[in-house]
Amino acid sequence: MVKHNKPGRWFKYASPALFFPLAGQLIPGFRAAAAVLAGLGLYIGFFVAPTDFQQGDAYRIIFVHVPAAWMSMVLYLAMAFWAGMGLVFNTRLSSMMASALAPTGAMFTFLALWTGALWGKPTWGAWWVWDARLTSELILLFLYLGFMGLQAAIDEPRRADRAGALLALVGVVNVPIIYFSVQWWNTLHQGSSINLQSAPSMALTMLLGMLLMALSFWAYSIAAVLLRVRCILLQREGDSDWRRVAVGAAR
Amino acid sequence: MMAWHSVGDFFAMGGYALYVWGSMAGVVVCLGGEMTLLARSTAAVLATARSAPPAAAKTAATGGRSSHGVQDEATA
Repeated sequence: MVKHNKPGRWFKYASPALFFPLAGQLIPGFRAAAAVLAGLGLYIGFFVAPTDFQQGDAYRIIFVHVPAAWMSMVLYLAMAFWAGMGLVFNTRLSSMMASALAPTGAMFTFLALWTGALWGKPTWGAWWVWDARLTSELILLFLYLGFMGLQAAIDEPRRADRAGALLALVGVVNVPIIYFSVQWWNTLHQGSSINLQSAPSMALTMLLGMLLMALSFWAYSIAAVLLRVRCILLQREGDSDWRRVAVGAAR
Repeated sequence: MMAWHSVGDFFAMGGYALYVWGSMAGVVVCLGGEMTLLARSTAAVLATARSAPPAAAKTAATGGRSSHGVQDEATA
C-alpha cells in the first residue's frame, strides 16, 4: 500500500504511515523507563549519596540541574539536526521532529536556569550573575523561543520549516559556547565535574545518581517528543489516507 | 550511609529546604505539566481525526488546514 522510494532502508520510517504507529508503540516503554530511572536516581541522590562537605545538602540540586542542562543542549543539537535534514532532503517528517523537539528543549533550558538560580543563591549568594555559562544558557532559551515563535508566525508549514531550520542551524554555534564557557572564560560557574579527559571529581554514588537522572530525562524527552510529533503529524496531514488507517488503531 | 536521622531532618535538607525542594518542585511541575498537556492534545487531535469525514468525500480539501505549530505551550 505504501510505495517506498529507493534511497535506502533508513528512509522507510520517514513515511508517516509507518512512523505514526511505531511512535505510538514506543511511547509507553520510554515513559515507563523514565519513571523507573527517576525513582532509582532520586533514591540514590537523596538516600544513598552523602552530604557534600563543601556545599552541604544544597548540592543535591545537581541531580536534576546537570541532567536538565545536558538535555537542553542535546535537544538543541537534535532539533538543529532534524531541521537540517528537513532542509536538505525535503522530508516533512524531519522538520516535524524539529518542531516537536523545541518545546521540550525550551522546558529543560528553563529548568536548568531555574534549578541553577536555586543553587546559586545559597552557594554564591546571588540568584543570577551575568557569567558566560549562565548568559549563554539564557541565549539558548531565547533561541528555542525564537525558533518556536518564527514557526508560529509563518502560515505556510513548509516555509515555516525552512525559516526555522535556518535559525536552528545558525544557533548551533551557541552550544559549544555553553559547553566550553567554563574553560574559555573565568566564570563563577564551576567547571565540569565530569568530562571525557579525566576521572570524575565526585563520589561514585553522586555520579551514579546523576547518570540515572540523565538517562531518565533522555527517556522522558523521547516519550514527550514522540507524543508531540504524532500530534503535529495528525494536525498537518489529517486529510491524508494513512491517517484513517493509523487513527483506527491508535488509542 | 544515609545522611538523615529523622523525617524532619530529611525535609529540612540541612537548612537548604527552600532551594532543594524548590528545584524538585520545578522539575515535577514542568515535566508533569508537559505530559498532561501532551496527553490532552493527543486526545483532542485523535478525536478530530476520527470525527473527520472520510478522505474520499473531499479530494480537494487540501489547504484547509494551516495549523502547523506546536499545540501546547509547555515552556513554563
